[in-house]
Amino acid sequence: MRRWTSPALQGLVLAVAVVLIALLPRFTSEFRLGQFTYVAIYFVALLGLNILTGYNGQISLGHAAFMGIGGYTAAVLILGRKGFELLGQHPSHVIPDHGMRAVFTIPIAGLVAGATGYLFGIPALRLGGHSLALATLAVAVSFPAVAKRFEHLTGGGGGLSLPLPHAPLGWHISTPHWLYYEAWVSAGILFVVAWLLVRGRVGRAWRAIRDGEIAAVSSGVSPAVYKTLAFGISAAYAGVAGALFAIQVSYINPDTFPVTLSILLLASVVIGGLSSLSGVIVGALVLEFLPIYAQAPPLLHLHFAKQAGPVVFGIALMVIVLLMPGGAASLIRRITRPVTGALARKG
Amino acid sequence: MPLPLAFIWSEFAQQVTGGLAAGAIYASLALALVLIYQTTNVVNFAQGEMATFTTYIAWTMMKHGVSYWPAFVLTLLIAFGGGVAVERVLIRPVEHRPEIVIVILTIGMLITINGLTGWIWGAEVKAFDSPFPNRSLVLGNVSISIQDIGTFGVCLGTVAVLWLFFRFTTLGLAMRSVAFNPDASRLMGVRVGWMLALGWGLAAALGSVAGMMAAPTVFLDPDMMLVVLIYAFAAAVLGGIDSPVGAVVGGLLLGVVINLLGSYVSFVGQELRLPTALAVLLLVLVIRPTGLFGRVVVQRV
Repeated sequence: MRRWTSPALQGLVLAVAVVLIALLPRFTSEFRLGQFTYVAIYFVALLGLNILTGYNGQISLGHAAFMGIGGYTAAVLILGRKGFELLGQHPSHVIPDHGMRAVFTIPIAGLVAGATGYLFGIPALRLGGHSLALATLAVAVSFPAVAKRFEHLTGGGGGLSLPLPHAPLGWHISTPHWLYYEAWVSAGILFVVAWLLVRGRVGRAWRAIRDGEIAAVSSGVSPAVYKTLAFGISAAYAGVAGALFAIQVSYINPDTFPVTLSILLLASVVIGGLSSLSGVIVGALVLEFLPIYAQAPPLLHLHFAKQAGPVVFGIALMVIVLLMPGGAASLIRRITRPVTGALARKG
Repeated sequence: MPLPLAFIWSEFAQQVTGGLAAGAIYASLALALVLIYQTTNVVNFAQGEMATFTTYIAWTMMKHGVSYWPAFVLTLLIAFGGGVAVERVLIRPVEHRPEIVIVILTIGMLITINGLTGWIWGAEVKAFDSPFPNRSLVLGNVSISIQDIGTFGVCLGTVAVLWLFFRFTTLGLAMRSVAFNPDASRLMGVRVGWMLALGWGLAAALGSVAGMMAAPTVFLDPDMMLVVLIYAFAAAVLGGIDSPVGAVVGGLLLGVVINLLGSYVSFVGQELRLPTALAVLLLVLVIRPTGLFGRVVVQRV
């Protein structure tokens, strides 16, 4: 990618994106703003999944479970034992007495999910390709049952209602606005982290393992170290996304993070473009808006069943795999190549 | 692990037979996965959804007055045709691409077929008729449900027919040769491409047997085979993903073990069966990555 786009141009595109995201709340309704908050949340989850699948070549169909771990961590910390008791629940003793501010729970959720992911990455070392995909799918399918079972931690099937968050320090903006900024600032920070990781030594090791594990070993790269690291970091991203999600919805239950979400996350990463950080934003937009527009296509006065979303999603995924393996990112690159090429020659 | 105070043999026997019936369903789907894996080196994630789709077709036929067994046979034929078509149209173009690409393609099929099923037939749960009487066979003080015996019989009967086909027909021999060495088979004049398509067709038909046998107990809904697929995969891995015998043994073993754990270990209960199966799966993979019957693959650098 760097071959075709000069760093200056990349910087320019990024700056425009930041300005657009910052100014969007001025021009749009609170409902639309909510949708773009979900885009930020999916963006975080997909960044993490792309690190694992795109850069390191490990498929995960279980990322909704890691989102769930993050979401529950945030919810439990926000409520505290007092909050549980107010909901009429019987909390476990491991939960701290008092609740925390929602913002502070986000990094903790990332750490907890990341640690879980790191641990899961160890048996995952023995699996590859399809085995890993199915094992992670099993994790995703098991997650709701496990969450329901440990009700002293999760509130069981009834779920946990969270207090409505509002902006800190007497900042006078509405809750949807605050949640929007919270999500996008997190997304921005994590994007920079992902970019630094991927372009550096670690990213090189990940790609080397993806492209040929034996060759990587012969060059002194330890697959065990880097693959579990990728799993941990990826799960941490999912955990942050899950925490943001739970805070955004102000509610969490075992079905907040269903298997379908896991599967659609992977589909979105591929549609956006494997091993492309810019493709992730396309993936996040697709994940949020494609189901909505598939059900009620704009300009046509049609209204389909809600299954139209997954059908279009699945077909899009197959078409991408068959015809455009690089995903949307490769399409963007193909379109911009002549322009950036010309600019690069001039400069 | 607390055992119940009074251990009752008759109940134990019922749990075992129930487990064998469930295990036979896992075994059929596991064998379908293995069939495709052996020939095309792909784990078909859409195997369960294809089975669900064809089970809905059977349901529609029966709703329109076709009786059970004709509908059963017709469904097998439709599933076979569908499987062949899927291989020709979707899998063929990606045959030589990296494994991750093919896995993602079958995940695309999973999403599409699952959505289509819900779109066509609705998401609400439907009852599915069983061809077997809802009675029990009493032997001494053990009563075994005829439903369980029938399920077991149909699944393993299908497996036996497949075995006879592979063992004693020229076509079966050609298919085995393709799985063993595609290049040599091509030189011997075997039409490799069509053998692969045939494998997909047989796998789809086998899957539809699993679907139709599972539907009376788990009820018909678009997601019904998702959990079964995971059990089937666990069974296939347990037996060794490239071993048909392993898939069948693994399926039966898993069905019995999970059923016994679910009924006798109160911590596992009904809800934690799947996580337990997952734990078993991970344990097997960590200790014996090739499964109980699998070949050790030596990788050339």
